[in-house]
Amino acid sequence: MMDETLKSLGDSIAAALPGAVERAYVDFGELNIVAEASRIVEVLTHLRDAPDCLFVNLTDITAVDYPSREKRFDIVYHALSPRHNHRIRVKAAVAEDEAIASAIPVWPAANWFERETYDMYGVLFADHPDLRRLLTDYGFEGHPLRKDFPMTGYVEVRYDDAQKRVVYEPVKLTQEFRQFDFLSPWEGQPDYVLPGDEKAK
Amino acid sequence: MSDDSVRNFSINFGPQHPAAHGVLRLVLELDGEIVERVDPHIGLLHRGTEKLMEARTYQQNVPYFDRLDYVAPMNQEHAFCLAIEKLLQVEVPYRAQLIRVLFSEIGRLLSHLLNVTTQAMDVGALTPPLWGFEEREKLMVFYERASGARMHANYFRPGGVARDCPPELIEDIGKFCDPFLKVCDDLTALFLDNRIFKQRNVDIGVVSLEDCWKWGFSGVMVRGSGAAWDLRKSQPYECYEEMEFDIPVGRHGDNYDRQVIRMEEMRQSVRIMKQCVERLMSPQGQGPIAATDNKIVAPHRPQMKRSMESLIHHFKLFTEGFHVPAGEVYAAVEAPKGEFGVYLVADGTNKPYRCKIRAPGFAHLQAMDFMCRKHMLADVSAVLGSLDIVFGEVDR
Repeated sequence: MMDETLKSLGDSIAAALPGAVERAYVDFGELNIVAEASRIVEVLTHLRDAPDCLFVNLTDITAVDYPSREKRFDIVYHALSPRHNHRIRVKAAVAEDEAIASAIPVWPAANWFERETYDMYGVLFADHPDLRRLLTDYGFEGHPLRKDFPMTGYVEVRYDDAQKRVVYEPVKLTQEFRQFDFLSPWEGQPDYVLPGDEKAK
Repeated sequence: MSDDSVRNFSINFGPQHPAAHGVLRLVLELDGEIVERVDPHIGLLHRGTEKLMEARTYQQNVPYFDRLDYVAPMNQEHAFCLAIEKLLQVEVPYRAQLIRVLFSEIGRLLSHLLNVTTQAMDVGALTPPLWGFEEREKLMVFYERASGARMHANYFRPGGVARDCPPELIEDIGKFCDPFLKVCDDLTALFLDNRIFKQRNVDIGVVSLEDCWKWGFSGVMVRGSGAAWDLRKSQPYECYEEMEFDIPVGRHGDNYDRQVIRMEEMRQSVRIMKQCVERLMSPQGQGPIAATDNKIVAPHRPQMKRSMESLIHHFKLFTEGFHVPAGEVYAAVEAPKGEFGVYLVADGTNKPYRCKIRAPGFAHLQAMDFMCRKHMLADVSAVLGSLDIVFGEVDR
């Protein structure tokens, strides 16, 4: 079974890197590794070079923002092993003011993926040779994919005919973007107490 | 002339350059006509898709995928639908799988036709794009007849496809196949065998297989360098497992090999399309075109007029949308340009918590620097063309 193979692969990775790998688990048929952010390069190098791993192809690096957590960001690496036909996901948590080592020595492809992650989340990658913004505008401020950044942004651009240049202005919305709350109190939130329920106890 | 009077030139290639295939600004550092460094500035088409998606329901997010690689829209939708289906653990009925495969292959033709012929234009041939666009036009009519839109189809839905293909359409797609093989031969004769095309592409932009993996390449880029790696074969999804087709593999890893592979892939796509058409016409290919679970797939409109429950489902699905159980998945498809993946983090609500779009062109474009070094300035556009870049997906 595929899940079994992945499970044993995950266990062998966790055994080879004591302390650096917190947890290895299989979910939805995919192998996940939770790694210690301070030793991420060691983990990734092992994944690339160990004969039972050989994850030579970096698929993706990104982040996920969980503002309520103490270590706010999860840096997520996806890699592919063409030899064994396996995929792996490595996750490492970092705080907002923490830097994580760059994965460029492991895979040169990490360069732009890390630049994008920096651009979108403001996560710093230590020893990155060229940590500039990638996708956003020249001179852009803020990190748009953070959960506390509004979807509509802060500034809008238009061409000003009088000044003969593009000008930036604060966003003006004629109508607020409508976000409806569809979370029903009857499902999905086990800790929600319906008004009056406390009397039943 | 003394050494210190020689200096490097920096020039801007783009953002508006016909060979930039969209809005790309390349800052080139030149020593004479030799490229010393390439610094691509991207993001000129950045629309914040990933941010927008976090504020919309899963169903509302499908059309955003048409607008990524707008040359082959349905292949992108496919990856997103696969990710959602993986989380929901829904089975897609056989007929829907066939239709999806059929239209994914049409997307591959659309993309390869555009890329192969415009790359010929980048190196000086004007006629090929006209021939290619004629065929693309026919294929877009198939898109329109299936979904109602020529490009931004919104046709693949979580659980299946939006509506059934009429039998006439499937017949017409079947009739398209054989004459198209003739067009492939014509295109081959027109420019693949052409002397100038070979002079401009053979041994240009060579990448070794090891570099391919290291730089995160996928799709035609790795196949051009000698790896028989195709997600349709190695990690089959939908009904690709039962389709018969070959994977063309290159030997040199240069521009020319990649274009020959694209040409051959079109022929293989036609082979898959023929098999799909045959199965869609046969009795085993009949049946529902979407999962029957009405908590995910909206009921048919006539049903809605007669049944109260259908009406409620319809209303709920188009206002609130369906909820996806918490979890994270990565689903990838073999898009025409390489591995197109969606990393989806769901938190149990009706909107994705995070959706990262992994575009093949992004990884390919960042390798411009190492691929173009020590090449001539004129080779930059040839290499760029052979990477098959579309800015919709690179910038997202």
